[in-house]
Amino acid sequence: MQHGKYRFIVGFLAVPLALYALFVIWPFIQAIYYSFTDWTGLSPEFGMVGFDNYSRMLDDEVFWKSVQHSLTFAVVLPLVTVGLALFFAFMLNVGGRRRKGAAIAGVRGSSFYKIVYFFPQVLSIAIVALLFQFAYNPNSGAINSVLKGVGLGSIQPDWLGDPDLALICVMVVLVWSTVGFFVVLFSAGMASIPRDFYEAALLDGANRFTTFFKITLPLLWDTVQSGWIYMGILALGAESFAVVQIMTVGPNGGGPDFSTIVLPLYVYQKAFRDGQAAYATTIGVALLLVTLAFAAVVMKLGRRERLEF
Amino acid sequence: MKITDTASTGVETPGSPAGPGSTVVKTAPPAPRRTAKAEGAALNVFSHGVLIIWAIMVVMPLLWAVMTSFKSDKAIFTSPWALPDKLHFENWSRAWTEAHMSDYFLNTLLVVGGSLLGTLLFGSMAAYVLARFDFPGNRFIYFLFIGGMSFPIILALVPLFYVMQNMALLNTLHGLILVYIAYSLPFTVFFLTAFFRTLPTSVAEAAFVDGASHTRTFFQVMLPMAKPGLISVGIFNFLGQWNQYLLPTVLNTEPENKVLSQGLVQLAVSQGYKGDWSGLFAGLVMAMLPVLAAYIIFQRQVVAGLTAGAVK
Repeated sequence: MQHGKYRFIVGFLAVPLALYALFVIWPFIQAIYYSFTDWTGLSPEFGMVGFDNYSRMLDDEVFWKSVQHSLTFAVVLPLVTVGLALFFAFMLNVGGRRRKGAAIAGVRGSSFYKIVYFFPQVLSIAIVALLFQFAYNPNSGAINSVLKGVGLGSIQPDWLGDPDLALICVMVVLVWSTVGFFVVLFSAGMASIPRDFYEAALLDGANRFTTFFKITLPLLWDTVQSGWIYMGILALGAESFAVVQIMTVGPNGGGPDFSTIVLPLYVYQKAFRDGQAAYATTIGVALLLVTLAFAAVVMKLGRRERLEF
Repeated sequence: MKITDTASTGVETPGSPAGPGSTVVKTAPPAPRRTAKAEGAALNVFSHGVLIIWAIMVVMPLLWAVMTSFKSDKAIFTSPWALPDKLHFENWSRAWTEAHMSDYFLNTLLVVGGSLLGTLLFGSMAAYVLARFDFPGNRFIYFLFIGGMSFPIILALVPLFYVMQNMALLNTLHGLILVYIAYSLPFTVFFLTAFFRTLPTSVAEAAFVDGASHTRTFFQVMLPMAKPGLISVGIFNFLGQWNQYLLPTVLNTEPENKVLSQGLVQLAVSQGYKGDWSGLFAGLVMAMLPVLAAYIIFQRQVVAGLTAGAVK
């Protein structure tokens, strides 16, 4: 397999690598470089300013608000989403009434539930955000009219307009749209756990609660952990940008009194609205650090002995 | 791909009477115990209750959107949950033509079609070389590619904007296609490298001994063998690229080049002044239904494809 090998390798790698280097790697390197300049993004001239952007960032109140919200997203969203999904997946696969011939079984119609739960996953996050923006509308939205319909007309929250509620409302939408994917993911993982384990546990008199914590969760741990990281990166990055940018417009963007501003949205505003490209990339570097730190912490906390089966 | 098969057997056609468990166990069942049985029954009621509630929570907003798209503007505001007095099909035709939904659809089809093709071609080429050939720098290039999976796109977006501007690619559909391909490569290369490693080497070697060039071996022998992997990664990329919002929002601001998701958001913002809510809902549902329909038809493949990469 030696003949013409290197020519072939170069020929096959050239285009993908060139595209990747030009549109992904190069901008990343540039971003870090620009964070040390005073570049506006509007004119080609700029000068080096050292760590000025970084010290400005540390004094920036809105920056700290977005860090706080992004961290809330990264901690709360995976917790709720992965927790709910594990719960549903366990019910679907193990929670059913015992039938003849099987030690454990999913509930009746579990395949139907899996299909339905996955619906939001195939929809664009932009569409989901728009849909819920209507549902949250205080005057004629679906949610408030339900409240009115069941006799709770006095409770008509201004969901997205209330600084105390807006962040929660946005997070609910992200949970709604991602749980289904993890249900299906964990179900696939649970399907590969040998049935004998459950049989043995049930023979020993274990109830389903114990079964879950002693068998399912430990054997599923790798999948749970990668799901956790995946959800956290989504919550820190593109998905949170879309929901916050679309749902909470406000005069400044990012909700009433910056109550929903997140790091990616703040980067976007600084770069493309305020003409502060260099400062925007500085915040972007902070976002990168937060993301990497998040992944490192989850991997560190989640490290366990790998179970082979 | 063994795992994918197990995974997909768990997902059965809707309405199938037996759950996934009943088909698997062939050994003798353990003797049922009375207490466990009672526990199982109580749990069954509880689990069904919770599962049904979540199913309703998923389906309701979607049904509500479909219903609303057939209502008049006035009805949307006065009685959001009432059924439409009659089916206002004019909302749909108005959205399709006047609100440019047809243009957004066409743009999305062009961009996603082009980038999906490019992603699969270039991704499999790079993955094949990285998986099957030993050369200096192999590991470095591999990690360079997969490192891109964990970096926040938004950081690169500011300089990328100016890279695109300098190359006259900003606000063009082909520019967007190239960027989609570039940002889809990390996962695609990661997934397909693992996949190519699992394919037997003997077939490729036989073809090569028979005088086929490396290129020919790849396109005529390896690529057909990699079809299951290409389908999985293709579905993943299709959904991601079809639903992309961040990249077009920044890199594609020309009104007539907008893709579906950003076109809809644009409509929603400007509708605030014009007040054509029914048309907007029609547009939303229009963008929603084709993917939902495709998902329902191909749900086995979609689920297998999306979970294949993550389950060992």
